[in-house]
Amino acid sequence: MDFATVIQILDSAVRLMTPLLLACLAGLFSERSGIFDIGLEGKMLMAAFASAAAAAVTGNVWIGLAAGVAGSAALSLVHGAASITFRGNQLISGVAINFLASGLTVLLGQTWFGLGGRTPALDGAARFAEWQLPFAAQIAPVPVIGPLYADVLSGHTPLVYVALLAVPATWWLLYRTRFGLRLRAVGENPASVDTAGVSVTRLRWTAIAITGLLTGLAGAYLATGLSAGFVKEMSAGRGYIALAALIFANWRPWRALGATFLFGLMEAVANRFPGIDLGPFTVPSMFMNALPYILTVIILAGFIGRATPPRAGGEPYVKES
Amino acid sequence: MTFLKSLLAGGATLALTATGALAEPALIFDLGGKFDKSFNEAAYAGAQRWADETGGTYKELEMQSEAQREQALRRLAETGANPIVTTGFAFADVLNQVAPDYPDTRFVIIDTVVEQPNVQSVVYNEPEGSYLAGILAGMASKSGTAGFIGGMDIPLIHKFRCGFAQGFMAARPDGKVVTNFTGTTPAAWNDPVKGAELARAQIAQGADVIYAAAGGTGIGVLQAAADEGILSVGVDSNQNHLHPGKVLTSVLKRVDNSVYDAFKAGTAVEPGVKVMDLKSDGVGLAMDDNNKPLITAEMTAAVDDAKAKIIAGETKVHDYMTDNACPVE
Repeated sequence: MDFATVIQILDSAVRLMTPLLLACLAGLFSERSGIFDIGLEGKMLMAAFASAAAAAVTGNVWIGLAAGVAGSAALSLVHGAASITFRGNQLISGVAINFLASGLTVLLGQTWFGLGGRTPALDGAARFAEWQLPFAAQIAPVPVIGPLYADVLSGHTPLVYVALLAVPATWWLLYRTRFGLRLRAVGENPASVDTAGVSVTRLRWTAIAITGLLTGLAGAYLATGLSAGFVKEMSAGRGYIALAALIFANWRPWRALGATFLFGLMEAVANRFPGIDLGPFTVPSMFMNALPYILTVIILAGFIGRATPPRAGGEPYVKES
Repeated sequence: MTFLKSLLAGGATLALTATGALAEPALIFDLGGKFDKSFNEAAYAGAQRWADETGGTYKELEMQSEAQREQALRRLAETGANPIVTTGFAFADVLNQVAPDYPDTRFVIIDTVVEQPNVQSVVYNEPEGSYLAGILAGMASKSGTAGFIGGMDIPLIHKFRCGFAQGFMAARPDGKVVTNFTGTTPAAWNDPVKGAELARAQIAQGADVIYAAAGGTGIGVLQAAADEGILSVGVDSNQNHLHPGKVLTSVLKRVDNSVYDAFKAGTAVEPGVKVMDLKSDGVGLAMDDNNKPLITAEMTAAVDDAKAKIIAGETKVHDYMTDNACPVE
């Protein structure tokens, strides 16, 4: 394996990591506030559809992005209403959102475009173009660092950089602001937050709104950044892998970056080498694709490290009266 | 009381429709959906052509889940639809159970074989069509490396790959074909993001013509190929128009012709196996204005020559499904 191949795999890993990272951070906000969200998949799918549809009609990718965020935020509202306001079961609400998104995207797509749930192919200004980072051309000839900067880091669509910047932003918000302290507290012990005179409901709604925004970006990246248009079920389980990454990352932002990059890297390696020949036996690509789930199960079982989910997660908060 | 009335009325209407619809043909689309720009859409086009030409009407049903298959077949058979055309190999098991219960109804299954006295099985010789595409790819390729991206990893898709690889090797004996499959679950048919990523990985390995037999995933493959400035080959329906000048050709399975023929034959559909190959124009390559600039006279001649040889039986295109092996890598 030569250096060019390594660069190519890393480049691919960054692209594959981005939707996972955005969705993982989205789940982080929601779950840290005590709301389980298995509807990440559905929200991504809805955002992918809304962004592709709006971009196809207007020819402007930024309008598409806004529509994608709006679509995903709308489903977040449903989740919030069901699980915060009406204190319903968060898992059931999440499953319902996944089903709703899966059906609604195809139905609307077929009604509007008549392409079997597909949106028209996007081109030109309706897609995200690749950004070259400053000095990429100048640094490129430098050995090792040059290709790493010019090929792996530079030359992605803007949402990749948004995702990368979202990691320190999330860290700062969670660990360096009053809002973050309260958010973490509300996921551990909502009663104490309530006693301190802070509204649990409001905090959780805010977290859900941020989740909607981030899944919106993830979905829009799938449809307008990585591909050029919406195809039914195009999220293809990435919302669930993001959840696995969230557990893998132990609900922490920097580790989320590491976990999603690892998962992206595994997929990139599996794409590049469908069967890895280890002499006596060959590792099939299916194994590489299953590895994120296998690792998550191992972690959940407590063999490596320990998963410590927010303690109040999954339970609606009922004020004692 | 009123409820009972409406129930009765509903039943009466149903009965009326049932008798009125006697011998109306029916078409069932598989899970890919009617407008998949591929297999099912070709079936729809054939049915529509029949309807336009004869002014007749037909019933249609789109599968939403695996569980509906038997119910859908039985319901159509009971309303008197005849013949009933189903698209997709996934209907085979269900049809085997349902067909004996309706001996007077003729069924047509496309893409697989069901041995029942009232079933016509239409199968396509995909390797032959893919072989021709392989020859074109071999002549268009500068690097001598072609890519193949399949959807779900099943023998049927290996069949496409094997035909393509044989054609490619015939044109470029020193060449190689890089192969990837998207996945092992039905989700592999609808993952354009992964399709694009696989295409990029193949381009990095030198591939400059990529053949995608992967349903909705193929949309991503064709897109990535067009973005990276290399050629691609579409499948099932004519996909040349998706990226004019960037799609070398599409391997056609003339599902439309089969549906049209079945509808036209009506209740007189011949039971048995009907193999659609190059000879019967059941498979072929899409040539239109979109890919005209890419096809040289030399290529046309080579394809025509290969086609004539296959029809004459001089060239044998190996079918992967006969022994689950491919003579070329």
